[in-house]
Amino acid sequence: MLATRIIPCLDVDEGGVFKGIRFKNLVPAGDPVGLAQRYYEEGADELTFLDIGASWKSRKTLIEIVEKVSRVIFIPLCAGGGVKSLSDIKELLRAGADKVSICTAALENPSLLREASLAFGSQSVVLSIDAGRAGQGWHAFMKGGRIDSGLEVVDWARKGIELGAGEILLNSIDRDGTKEGYDLELLRTISDKVSVPVIASGGAGHLEDIYQAINTGQADAVLLASLLHFGQLTIPEIKNYLKSKGVKVR
Amino acid sequence: MIGLVDYGAGNLNSVRRAFETLGFKNRLITSEEQMDNSLDKLVVPGVGAFGYAVRELKRRGLWPAIKKWLKENRPFLGICLGLQLLFEGSEESPEEPGLGLFRGKCRKLPSVKVPHIGWNEIELSQSDSLFEGIKNCEYFYFVHSYAVLDKSDNDKVLALTSYCGNFISAIKQGNIYGVQFHPEKSGPAGLKLLLNWSVKC
Repeated sequence: MLATRIIPCLDVDEGGVFKGIRFKNLVPAGDPVGLAQRYYEEGADELTFLDIGASWKSRKTLIEIVEKVSRVIFIPLCAGGGVKSLSDIKELLRAGADKVSICTAALENPSLLREASLAFGSQSVVLSIDAGRAGQGWHAFMKGGRIDSGLEVVDWARKGIELGAGEILLNSIDRDGTKEGYDLELLRTISDKVSVPVIASGGAGHLEDIYQAINTGQADAVLLASLLHFGQLTIPEIKNYLKSKGVKVR
Repeated sequence: MIGLVDYGAGNLNSVRRAFETLGFKNRLITSEEQMDNSLDKLVVPGVGAFGYAVRELKRRGLWPAIKKWLKENRPFLGICLGLQLLFEGSEESPEEPGLGLFRGKCRKLPSVKVPHIGWNEIELSQSDSLFEGIKNCEYFYFVHSYAVLDKSDNDKVLALTSYCGNFISAIKQGNIYGVQFHPEKSGPAGLKLLLNWSVKC
């Protein structure tokens, strides 16, 4: 049986790691390669790097980080943030990423998912969905949560998988950085309706939240940032807790 | 010298970086001429489609060279798709037969969630130097949609993994090994396995 993955997420902007609160108020959180090494040694199952600068400079930084990290860390690496084209994807994979997450560009140009999965395989294409409450459901948002695409999240997730996405990274805009817990209803709704792994992101504040994302939300993996970066919890603490609750972890 | 077969697919770099970290010399093999006597060991890594890999290996003249290598029982490691190629074929690309060293065909995993992505345990069926110093039921990283569920060559199976039924996660015949998981992405246990293979297998 598969183990539930714990994935530290490192937001990258021109040389450092940052974590925004509700996508704003960026604060530095340490050296990315050093942090990555620490998480690897603590038992991280995978690492995600997100370029939040979306400038040529921050992209260059992201590529340098992935390149360095992939020489010393031997677990899956995912990179993303501002990925627009096949050549962006190729560049990140060549630098050492195993998969690339795509958000806004997939909404603007869904065929990118198909082209990428045909060229590099579905396993390297992660559809990142920034989901925000809209009426009774949730919509997929673009441009760092600023623009509503108008698409229902369930429809978009299904479409993305049909086009070739191998995993869904589901980020709750409403909960991002709040530590109020994951949006379990959102998670459960998507997990029940898709056939690929779902990674929960946005809102973890306590150990119990992580357990709920797995148990109630049926997430296959959880993405964590500030909780880890600021030392509130460590990966061994999280894994021991989940184990005690009967969750399979590595 | 370890040869890493490059057929234009998959992430060869991570395999290469793992061997570099372990201190083993390696070079990429892109054509038949490069498979000369300076090579001690051969790795066929892989991510990608079965049929594409077969066609690319043939186009580069590597297919008969690999067949000859296997026939001579020279040290070989197939990773992921590299393991699948050692079998008779795959449901993924029925038009292209495999290398046929092992009996059986790859089939689509019969699970709700496919691809099978993540860390799963391998249950050792027999002891082998490949797994020396690695505990039974250790976790390794998997990424695949097809696997060998058929166990015609049961006596050659080294490990099984459960994901809606058991599939072959490691197999061996003589000096030829295949693993369905990615040791180059499986943390310290994966590096240990590559080290074992490089030194002992």
